[in-house]
Amino acid sequence: MFPFLRLGPFILPMASLALLAGLWTGLPLIEREAVRLKINASTLSNVIFYSLLAGLIGARLGYALEFPSIYLAKPISLLALTSTTLSPTMGLAVGFITFAIFVQRKQLPIQATLDSIAPGLALFMVFVGLAHILSGDAYGAPTRVPWAIRLWNDYRHPSQFYETFVTLTIFLIIRERHPKPEGSGLNFLLTVALFSASRVFLETFRGDSVFWPGGFREAQVIALLIMALSFYWMSTWMSLDSAESQEGTPLS
Amino acid sequence: MTVSSPSRRKRRWEIVMLISLLAGIVWTVFSRVPSAIGAPLSSSPSPREGFLAPDFTLDALRGEKVTLSHLRGKIVVVNFWATWCLPCRKETPALEEAYEQYKDSGMVILGVNLTDQDSVSEVESFVQEFKLTYPILLDRDGSISNLYQIEGLPMTFFINREGIIRTVVVGGPMSETFIRSKIETLLKEAQ
Repeated sequence: MFPFLRLGPFILPMASLALLAGLWTGLPLIEREAVRLKINASTLSNVIFYSLLAGLIGARLGYALEFPSIYLAKPISLLALTSTTLSPTMGLAVGFITFAIFVQRKQLPIQATLDSIAPGLALFMVFVGLAHILSGDAYGAPTRVPWAIRLWNDYRHPSQFYETFVTLTIFLIIRERHPKPEGSGLNFLLTVALFSASRVFLETFRGDSVFWPGGFREAQVIALLIMALSFYWMSTWMSLDSAESQEGTPLS
Repeated sequence: MTVSSPSRRKRRWEIVMLISLLAGIVWTVFSRVPSAIGAPLSSSPSPREGFLAPDFTLDALRGEKVTLSHLRGKIVVVNFWATWCLPCRKETPALEEAYEQYKDSGMVILGVNLTDQDSVSEVESFVQEFKLTYPILLDRDGSISNLYQIEGLPMTFFINREGIIRTVVVGGPMSETFIRSKIETLLKEAQ
């Protein structure tokens, strides 16, 4: 693990740098895929940029809303450069809503747009795994398996390495094998379904799970729901494509 | 080679999806841990979020000894600092202000000075300069900063009433807003 890089008086969190690298490599991939699927790449880039920006602002405002009296007393703190005063849930919600609004206003075809995002998103998830390796977050459950790693005062599953390996595999699948017809949104849904399935499986080896009544892991239950929704939409969109195509186009 | 119709292919995909979903449900049910409800993420001490804060006993500047585990039941903010560290100087007034505001709500701030890289006389001047009222502890041999794997200064740990670290902040300066929001979170958690 290599959580921080010291550059003189500055301490740089390596995980954040890995995530920035993920964006830096993922965005060109999205643009390339957009061109391939005949979508205006620069419009899509702008939509993604504004969605990320809105997500960031939403995350900060969401956190501030939890402590209104504190932030109203010093509103300048909303601009603080710290990642620990963000609300991820609010950030995701605002980012998604902004994305949906912009896609509609720019009249981008929703399914092809989602398919354009799929490979870049899959690559970004590989960098999320790398960020976890660097920071030591998303650590594994204590174990005595021969490949256990010594981390945080215990021998643990190398869950960050499992995650990186699985996300890399998913990225290669998504990049190489597109469910057909292309631009039908199926590649995006397959990406989401595969990441959800990997979380259902890998969460078992994590040591930082949040548990719900009955001993269920929160992340597994949520990932299962997302997986079910992805499958439902895949099935629905396949039906639409089957109906539209008289001759029949191969699904894989 | 036979070419199957779109509806047959769709049917094949649906079977694969159904099997995957069922496998996911079975895996989730079998991998649940009923004994884990309400338990801390880890009972072993380690200086990171979700873990029990490593215990220590240090001399305070005013003479008495302070043991972290004796403060169990209170919210504890452990701030590692040194007089020569500029961000430490900048965040000290905010820490003092937060201490004044929350000390009666069961919150303690421990300012752990890295005395092996500092001097007691400098620490005393610093305390007088900022009129600090929260306990200043002296890590004379650097053993506690090693135990807490201090990456850089300042470094701050927000610990809940059960002794679990909830937030780790590397670097600074922390604003008063930030400190108050973290303390408020821990106070809410305790309710």
